[in-house]
Amino acid sequence: MSSITKSPWVIHYDGSSCNGCDIEVLACLTPMYDAERFGIINTGNPKHADIFLVTGGVNEQNKNVVKQIYEQMPEPKVVVAVGICACSGGIFADCYNILGGVDTVIPVDVYVPGCAARPEAIIDGIVQGLGVLAEKKAKMDRGELPCADGCSCSK
Amino acid sequence: MYLDFNLKTIEPAELVDTARTLKAEGYRMVQICANKIPEGYELTYSFDKDLELYNYRVILPEDGEIESITDSYFAAFVYENEIKDLFGIKVNHIALDFQGNFFITNEPTPWKKGKSE
Amino acid sequence: MAKQTVIPFGPQHPVLPEPVHLDLVLEDETVVQAIPSIGFVHRGLEKLVETKEYTELMYVTERICGICAFGHNWGYCLAAEGLMKIQIPERAEMLRTLWHELSRVHSHLLWLGLLADAFGFESLFQHCWRVRERVLDLFEATTGGRVIFSVCKVGGVHRDIEPEMLQKIAATVEGMKKETKELCDVFVNDYSVKNRLVGVGTVTKEQAADLCAVGPTSRGSGIPSDMRSFNPTYQKLGFEPVVEEAGDCYARTMVRIRELYQSMDLVIAACNNMPEGDIAVPVKAKPEGEFMARLEQPRGEAIYYLKGNGTKFLERMRIRTPTNINIPFLVKALEGCDLADVPVIVLSIDPCISCTER
Repeated sequence: MSSITKSPWVIHYDGSSCNGCDIEVLACLTPMYDAERFGIINTGNPKHADIFLVTGGVNEQNKNVVKQIYEQMPEPKVVVAVGICACSGGIFADCYNILGGVDTVIPVDVYVPGCAARPEAIIDGIVQGLGVLAEKKAKMDRGELPCADGCSCSK
Repeated sequence: MYLDFNLKTIEPAELVDTARTLKAEGYRMVQICANKIPEGYELTYSFDKDLELYNYRVILPEDGEIESITDSYFAAFVYENEIKDLFGIKVNHIALDFQGNFFITNEPTPWKKGKSE
Repeated sequence: MAKQTVIPFGPQHPVLPEPVHLDLVLEDETVVQAIPSIGFVHRGLEKLVETKEYTELMYVTERICGICAFGHNWGYCLAAEGLMKIQIPERAEMLRTLWHELSRVHSHLLWLGLLADAFGFESLFQHCWRVRERVLDLFEATTGGRVIFSVCKVGGVHRDIEPEMLQKIAATVEGMKKETKELCDVFVNDYSVKNRLVGVGTVTKEQAADLCAVGPTSRGSGIPSDMRSFNPTYQKLGFEPVVEEAGDCYARTMVRIRELYQSMDLVIAACNNMPEGDIAVPVKAKPEGEFMARLEQPRGEAIYYLKGNGTKFLERMRIRTPTNINIPFLVKALEGCDLADVPVIVLSIDPCISCTER
């Protein structure tokens, strides 16, 4: 269990965000905040990742991309919605081309508020996600989660 | 940074020639803006020379068509495809025509129906 | 003739910071044509004019892009003020200039970092972003926000900066110059960096003019177009556009590096020449008519067009962002380059896709 929670690998996908949250996610990895000191590593491959960071709302174009990345990630996995757009659609919720928050497409475990979400908040969101990850892992070990064999039927 | 609007209304048929003349005189195309108005559509073509802005306006009926200016200004393809996808205005002979796949939206031509209320 | 292959590049690609998609037509390793397609982050925010009042719209426009947020905020306010013929106080104008130039410093440092990442210089990327954090700290101290700060409003600005803080800003920026020089020396002189930039993606002055390019992209090809040239506040601070002639990736990098120092000087000059007075005027009018404002964003000229109908809801808002008009330039620059140079050339126009698609 600790092998996952002590060094979580994250994958980041930019939905239809304004870049504000994206650059803050990137700022988390740079020397000022340095998320790597917690063992957090940014990966580009969904099959390597434990935590899925999504910024921005979803639209018709990228909803399948988000779903595919989620389905390719191995169990247990955690989704962190970063920023108000990913949580609910935010200021763009009324736009004709926005479906809403990420939870309209995939289940979300941690919501990080803010416009743009601050790096501290993002790191905190990931750390909260680790708790969820540990819980899911424990449930899988006890056989309570139906998809313990890593199939993609989520919950 | 305040600018005079320098607006001039022209007929749709004059557009291609106007663009050609402007190009020959060294104007830079700045943007094309479409707007839904009760009579149909209003297209504003902006050009720049020596940091001065010149606007040419074309009024199109609801089912109107317009010729592309990409033979003088290749860069116009970005706006002409945008107008096509978002407003549903027919733009003929675009040098790089995406056939309605430049902007893919949840609903087709969301700007066509004008104000939602 | 070699066989042609089409390689789809993006929207999700390890070297791409943003979701742009290019179909690259290749003959062996050489790109013969690049066909862009966009629309992955299109939100349709211009249509929000129907549900949001004109006094609320600047919060929408600054969320067009989280990098040049302040510029979009300012540009919208400029257009709205032009529409209603509002003259804002000198101090507000200078404060806006100060924040805008700080934004340019942060944007160019961010870009230098991404460029370093694109040619595989990871540690240089990390250092650029480390220096950039100092600007974000200044934003936070003066406005409360790091990337989006909602400080401009129609008629002026929301917050004033105290004289002590102005001195602190000037001192911090002065201190950043030394650090920036250490970083920029690598971009300017390093053999391996030059190897990746000099002569890559060359676009001549004539071609750039033909493709209607704007901003540092066009200034790298010798076109001295800069919207700041005719702004009285910038004229007061002694502004001259930065121009390089070569037209390759190295020239575009040089333009941004020189602008970085120039913006730092402008920030210090703005701190030292801050006029006294109010920071905003009351606004009661209902917008009517049409207006087009232009502003020099870190990525180039942006256009803000507003049409009012005498109610508090605008008829039309149209924003033409710099990357939008630089896409044809990118298509041209990619023709004839090596496949391995594609990421560097794409980055050299400083693409901002969320700006482009709005």
